Amino acid sequence: MSLIDLANPTRFLALSARVLPWLAAATVILLAIGLYQSAYAPDDYQQGATVKIMFIHVPNAWLSMFVWGVMSVASLGTLVWRHPLADVAAKAAAPIGASFTFLALLTGSLWGRPMWGTYWEWDARLTSVLILFLMYLGLMALWRAVEDPSRAARAAAVLTLVGALNLPIIKFSVDWWNTLHQPASVMRMGGSTLDKAFLIPLLVMAIAFTLLFVTLHLAAMRNEILRRRVRSLQMMQASQKAA
Amino acid sequence: MTALAALIRRDLRIALRVGGGALIGVLFFLTVVVLMPFAVGPDLALLTRLGPAILWLGALLASLLTLDRLFMADHEDGSLDLITMSRTPLELACAAKALAHWLAAGLPLVVATPVLGLLLNLDMVATAAVALTLLAGTPALTFTGMIGAALAVTLHRGGLLMAVLVLPLSIPVLIFGVAASQAAITGPLSFGAPFSILCALSLVSLVIGPFAAAASLKHGLD
Repeated sequence: MSLIDLANPTRFLALSARVLPWLAAATVILLAIGLYQSAYAPDDYQQGATVKIMFIHVPNAWLSMFVWGVMSVASLGTLVWRHPLADVAAKAAAPIGASFTFLALLTGSLWGRPMWGTYWEWDARLTSVLILFLMYLGLMALWRAVEDPSRAARAAAVLTLVGALNLPIIKFSVDWWNTLHQPASVMRMGGSTLDKAFLIPLLVMAIAFTLLFVTLHLAAMRNEILRRRVRSLQMMQASQKAA
Repeated sequence: MTALAALIRRDLRIALRVGGGALIGVLFFLTVVVLMPFAVGPDLALLTRLGPAILWLGALLASLLTLDRLFMADHEDGSLDLITMSRTPLELACAAKALAHWLAAGLPLVVATPVLGLLLNLDMVATAAVALTLLAGTPALTFTGMIGAALAVTLHRGGLLMAVLVLPLSIPVLIFGVAASQAAITGPLSFGAPFSILCALSLVSLVIGPFAAAASLKHGLD
């Protein structure tokens, strides 16, 4: 079983139909464990109960970048190997990645309100995540702007790869810009010196969210394949009518 | 080499003659800068403070708007197909086209900056700093914007969609361009650090831009 075997959409549909229930079940179980653990995690001595936002916020932020990575690999698949499912994977991942990014921004801003006293701060991390969100939206707009999916796929693949090259540069320059304008006004958790009571639920939640992404992504890919079949059937019907 | 030189000469000639529209970018730049005082008020001290930012934003928008036509006109009259089929590597041809475009549309923006600096009450040092950073930074805008132009021609879509796609990519250039100008005017940071990063960004886009544009042209044209 190699990646090339999946090139047949029918085989992919059959395989994913078998895998999907197990993935969904694993996601639900891990999410339940993670949510239970984070609900019973001790309050932070400084932040109180608001520290629990972290268990939602950090996995979302991690996935916002991970999904762009998945899309970049899929774009390589489109441009280099011409894998037929690569552009389906790239297209299906974009809205999911945008949602994770949006949730990271939203939970971050809700966390920021009690902690920093403001919903929005032009902090380096927040700013670069916002730019990432804008790039997701631009990519989705590109997918929606062109009717022919294969034509849109190649354009989106080029843009995704350019974005992947540019994201570290943007991150670096926003960091630089931020230290220039407002030196270290933002309070942060103690970095990697996270206590075990927080670390274990956080890891469980991170794995659960990653599984959630895989599940949603597979389901979205199935939908996209079916949508394309419907589209080609409709076009066949229309051309038959015209003839 | 002669093919590339011929391409540059041709593009320059087309851009500078009637219907080329190379200098419309400068006119747009002037209009944006003139609009600013109406938005923020005719306070000269405030305009001095905002001056570099206004000039950079104006130049960014002007170079973005002129880029729309970089490949479109050639696609319409069929010469883009000849360029893609010719023996010259498409990456080099894209680089040559972008260079010609920068000479015709980017360089005039730099030349116009001192005049516009007068309108914004910038002193000599500030004007020179902004002009110098624009000289170093506008190639980066042209070469990253070229990716958007190539996508625009393969998708038959231009305008707003391309602006939405390309503008986030130009954020680093904007940050370091304005930072270097501000450093030269007010300090306390040295001018050298942001300016060299700005030059580095231009050099990186000089490499990435032609490859990405050529890739999207190769895969997208039919």
